[in-house]
Amino acid sequence: MSVIRGRAWKFGDNIDTDVIIPFKYKARTIDPQELAQHVMEGIDPDFPKKVRPGDVIVAGRNFGCGSSREQAPLAIKAAGIAAVVAESFARIFFRNAINIGLPVLEVKGISGKTDSGDVLEIDLQQGLVRNLSKGSSFKAVPMPDMLVEILKEGGLVDYIKKRRAYTH
Amino acid sequence: MNVEEVLDSEELTFAEKILTIKQVEPKSVKRAGEIVIVSVDLAAGQDGTAPLAIKVFEEMGGERVWDSSKILFVIDHTYPSSSAEISNLHKLMRSFARRQGIRVVEGDIIHQVILEEYVVPGMLIVGADSHTTTHGAVGAFATGIGSTELAAVMLEGKIWLKVPSTMQVRLEGSLPKGVYAKDVALHVIGEIGADGANYKSIEWTGEALSKFSVASRATLCNMSMEAGAKNAVVEHDAVTEEYLKELGRHSMAIVRSGRKAEVEDELRLECPGLEPMVAAPSRVDNVKSVREVEGTPIDQAFIGSCTNGRLEDLIEAAKILRGRKVKEGVRLIVTPASRKVYLDALKLGILEILLKAGAVVTNPTCGACVGTHLGVLGEGEIAISSSNRNFVGRMGHPSSKVYLASPATVAASAIRGVITDPRDFL
Repeated sequence: MSVIRGRAWKFGDNIDTDVIIPFKYKARTIDPQELAQHVMEGIDPDFPKKVRPGDVIVAGRNFGCGSSREQAPLAIKAAGIAAVVAESFARIFFRNAINIGLPVLEVKGISGKTDSGDVLEIDLQQGLVRNLSKGSSFKAVPMPDMLVEILKEGGLVDYIKKRRAYTH
Repeated sequence: MNVEEVLDSEELTFAEKILTIKQVEPKSVKRAGEIVIVSVDLAAGQDGTAPLAIKVFEEMGGERVWDSSKILFVIDHTYPSSSAEISNLHKLMRSFARRQGIRVVEGDIIHQVILEEYVVPGMLIVGADSHTTTHGAVGAFATGIGSTELAAVMLEGKIWLKVPSTMQVRLEGSLPKGVYAKDVALHVIGEIGADGANYKSIEWTGEALSKFSVASRATLCNMSMEAGAKNAVVEHDAVTEEYLKELGRHSMAIVRSGRKAEVEDELRLECPGLEPMVAAPSRVDNVKSVREVEGTPIDQAFIGSCTNGRLEDLIEAAKILRGRKVKEGVRLIVTPASRKVYLDALKLGILEILLKAGAVVTNPTCGACVGTHLGVLGEGEIAISSSNRNFVGRMGHPSSKVYLASPATVAASAIRGVITDPRDFL
């Protein structure tokens, strides 16, 4: 897994999936590119225009709470976001993100020490996040091996295709 | 490893027991925090999640599903379809289901279908819908997953899960008049927060539960998700037995937490002191008593959803609305959770009471709750709703606001056109 370097977009606690992608959009399409045009619109209507490929989302507690809609991490990934770093994640969002190959890192204490626009460097293999703008660094909560394997394959589709079964 | 010994153990929680016995290769007992690969007894998807699962199933190289009798598709989120694009997604579900021999139910809410026709104690259910936690009401381990995972389950019938740690919520005494399961759930979420039970198994226990119907238990387990719970469960008892007997169904396994099982968090609630509650905009844990927000004007009142769209919910609303009228300028939308609920309410004369009061009764659907059709809020409008989420834009325009409450509170508020304590009418 490569090292990610990108601009941070900072969000607060309890960012829910209705804000990430409202049901009215996801009800009518499963095309990730179309979903990406509305990502985070509920909280920042200009976000889809401002975000650039390789950017990173930094958020507080319980990111992705609410519905099981996989369109939420899909829209984030299709918008070019390289990773989501949060104090904690809601469980279904976390699973969905791993399953579609969107890197998610649980990093305690990072949201209070990051501003939008900071440049972050994320080493997925090591679970390390460095804030290059502020010169600080953080350690992510380690992930179970099986999830690291799924992420390494780029998601559950390729993991299953390759192994034809879960292994651990 | 002996299954009987696991079930009889005093040391293991509900989640530890059921996930241990459901392992694909059940060699050893699994405790909280361990990863297990388990066999699924029922996998379900709805029209918001199944179309993507079908696409992913094909990307995975899937040809045949593992066992079509253990898969259920329900078209409920936007039913009947409100646009050509949505109709096309429904078509995709129907044609895939036909090829694979999967049952498709149209126009009943997914969790009500599972409650009425599928769930038995000891089942392991995964659903591509977050409120799958509902089915712990009948002693199943039931949890929400995403579309890609549903695709993987459809292919192999297996899933990996981390065995959750346990939070016990003990309900002491009995509920006072005008206070319902929804108020209990809101009270607890207000106390522990929207992530207070994140990744955990909530076990609802205590003497108050002996008076909770399966419908009320379903409300508790359904709302447990709003505190982040992975699953929720109500202990098997005489109410569960009665429910199964009525439906002619039999348990797969009766699973109960042992007396010495490790419980990470414990919460005790004195039910007699509880009062009607709301979750104020725009967070489910922004919980207040109805008295605190009384008098807030509303534009729409909604009774329905997988949380509170069952027969007993419609009955409680009808008790308040009988002989009264919905306030002019306010719309009261009633959406029964299934055709069975609809028919039972019809036979009992409940729908007549609601219609005479001025309600609109819609077909069973998720509609208003997810803001797709049959009650979408306009700019700046305020709703009181018996559903489960009040996030920004959930039920319509981003500037609209939603208060979550019990069906009784919704009914009382519809009469006065302002948020009202249901005890004023009881």
